[in-house]
Amino acid sequence: MSQEALEGAGCAVESDNPVLPFLRQDRLPHIWCPGCGIGTTVNCFARALQDSGMKLDDVAIVSGIGCTGRVAGYMNLDSFHTTHGRAIPFATGLKLANPKLKVVVYSGDGDLSAIGGNHFIHAARRNMDLMVVCVTNHTYGMTGGQTAPTTPQGATQTTMPYGNFENPFNLPFLADACGAVYVARWTVYHVRHLARAMKEGLAKKGFSFIEALAPCPTLYSRRNKLGDGVEQLKYYKAKSTIKNGADTKDVGLTFQGDIIVGKFVDRERPTWLDSMNGHLTKVFPGKFTPYGS
Amino acid sequence: MSDKPATAKVKGTVSVKPEVCKGCAYCIEFCPTKSLEFSQSFNRKGYHYPVLARPETCTGCDLCGVHCPDFAIFGRRLKPGEKA
Amino acid sequence: MKADPKGVLTGAHFMDGDHAACEGALAAGCRFVAGYPITPSTEVVERFAARIPLVGGMFIQMEDEIASSIAIQGAVWGGAKVMTVTSGPGLSLMMEHIGLAAITECPCVFVDVQRGGPSTGLPTLPAQADMMQVKWGSHGDYEIIALAPNSPQECFDLMIKAFNLAERYRVPVFFMMDEVVGHMTERVVIPEAAAIEVEERRWTKKKPGEYKLYETGPDLVPEMVMAGQGHRIHVTGLTHDERGYPAMNPAAQEQLVERLLNKIREHNGDLVDVREDGVEGADVVVVSFGITSRVAGHAVEAARQQGLKVGHLRLVICWPFPAQLIRELSAKTKAFVVPELNMGQMVLEVERAAAGKAKVVSVPHAGGTVHEPEAILAAIREAGR
Repeated sequence: MSQEALEGAGCAVESDNPVLPFLRQDRLPHIWCPGCGIGTTVNCFARALQDSGMKLDDVAIVSGIGCTGRVAGYMNLDSFHTTHGRAIPFATGLKLANPKLKVVVYSGDGDLSAIGGNHFIHAARRNMDLMVVCVTNHTYGMTGGQTAPTTPQGATQTTMPYGNFENPFNLPFLADACGAVYVARWTVYHVRHLARAMKEGLAKKGFSFIEALAPCPTLYSRRNKLGDGVEQLKYYKAKSTIKNGADTKDVGLTFQGDIIVGKFVDRERPTWLDSMNGHLTKVFPGKFTPYGS
Repeated sequence: MSDKPATAKVKGTVSVKPEVCKGCAYCIEFCPTKSLEFSQSFNRKGYHYPVLARPETCTGCDLCGVHCPDFAIFGRRLKPGEKA
Repeated sequence: MKADPKGVLTGAHFMDGDHAACEGALAAGCRFVAGYPITPSTEVVERFAARIPLVGGMFIQMEDEIASSIAIQGAVWGGAKVMTVTSGPGLSLMMEHIGLAAITECPCVFVDVQRGGPSTGLPTLPAQADMMQVKWGSHGDYEIIALAPNSPQECFDLMIKAFNLAERYRVPVFFMMDEVVGHMTERVVIPEAAAIEVEERRWTKKKPGEYKLYETGPDLVPEMVMAGQGHRIHVTGLTHDERGYPAMNPAAQEQLVERLLNKIREHNGDLVDVREDGVEGADVVVVSFGITSRVAGHAVEAARQQGLKVGHLRLVICWPFPAQLIRELSAKTKAFVVPELNMGQMVLEVERAAAGKAKVVSVPHAGGTVHEPEAILAAIREAGR
């Protein structure tokens, strides 16, 4: 596209987009559909990395399978695209073998809370030092729009063709109940908040959980006649209330209903590794070398 | 938008990479000063992309840039004396 | 390189196969184990959990075998030598991650202390019925290595070999114990660390920017890095190119899958490990592995006392199968007798390699105990007729 072909004044073609150094530019453009919110969360994550000031060599990202599972492969980090639902246990091994790494798990709601649900609750229980970003779009996008554990009641999906009658997960409540030390939810309308939460998650020691609500215009929105991505962001804007410190049991989602966003949990608890090191130092006085030191 | 000042106190501009835009319109919809519009023409993939239709109102806040799922646009403040 | 003395419990011990396997792993440099309790394998991880704090390493009991089998792979990319330990039902849960280890070329050791199946089967009693599962269990085409120890001493010795092969070929390596080998207690001699040869990971000397994750030389095995070194690697279970990037096309698939197979197949000759006893000139050759080889040894002795010319070929490495060796023997011998604690698994490989040139007699056993030597003796007599 030549400069002349552009319309409007003051519009420059430039490649120095501040997020590009955080992306594998040789893999772009990405595979996500027009209006898919995953790319916006990645944009926020790139800015969180930038603002964190962390050395990119010290950060690793692990994804599972699905549309959001592709995130790892687009980040200019040591990146791991693992199996469906198993990003968290992979990340657990990576983190424990090299505790100096900041390990980020970045995956979708189906991946993390259905097939990966067991790993999710146990990593939170152990307070494994991982930052978990869950892009919640209420559907299985990669396979064509099936019901997820987060699909609100009443929404239609290909495997709930007459509307979903299952009770969905309230993921912040689940993470909180299992012991996560940082729990936040934002939408891709709240990009500044989301980027800040990710920055806080990167700095937080222990299991941090950030849920990012994001539209899936191709499958979830279209099947439910909700319009395009912009329409979903307008919904997020209209129906979201920021309630930092909200009791997570009250933040469940309903079909196109009110959304409570905010930083719900921010507390301190020893990580699994700190607990192990502290305990074994007491058990073996003078003999045990703390792991990772 | 009649309550918005015709000209922003802080001056900014945007940069667009039309060929990677997928036309989702997040940037246009959520621009706080409504400075962006869709292009008349299409990019290679057949999408309309954003153009800075009202450079005089752009503050360079980069909200377009943070919203963009395709890393196709970003905003920045103009340096003193720099023209958009 | 030589073993790290911190992990080597030099001396003569009286220990069971599960514990000896753990000591073998420690001597081999294993410093990360993720596991989940399952009879009859649990003693391996129990000992590791007890030993590792003062050796310097990590044990974590995961929430299930699926998690264990991928936590170890994360640890590999963090730089550790790793192992997980299980038995039949747990092994079944791990299948997807065997494929992941194969396609990402993740060096790791899976210990399977075999018990009777299918399903929960006979948790406390032996079998050797997972032999085909470890070869073929995950979907798609790939190669693995499997070893079968027949004593606590071998649980130690061969475990070091298992780790070394995992590092050399970057494949999942299976350590095919069984309940009897795991729970029998015998003398185990652990040498000085300086006498134990340990294979180092194939670390690259290339700098970030020069290094490609899956670029290989003539031996078809790529060099490794770990996360945090600035290489910005991308590791994926998708079909990928030399950089590790997803490549969704038939050409990339063919190139990758062929290399995953050929890096083992082209080294099949180096991967033959058998123990031969009187095989040359024998009319009948008993082919056995693991605990069954000890029972078969009695049957072979008895047959010889009856004047039969019987040889005994014990497979130490079961996969890759020493097909060439069997093929050559089939021209010189009348028959093979294959006793195993399953209803006929490795015998299929013997039949395939013999290709009709020698008779092949299966001595199946549903598991729960070992064969009666008389059953194997009867098969030898029948085969020699």
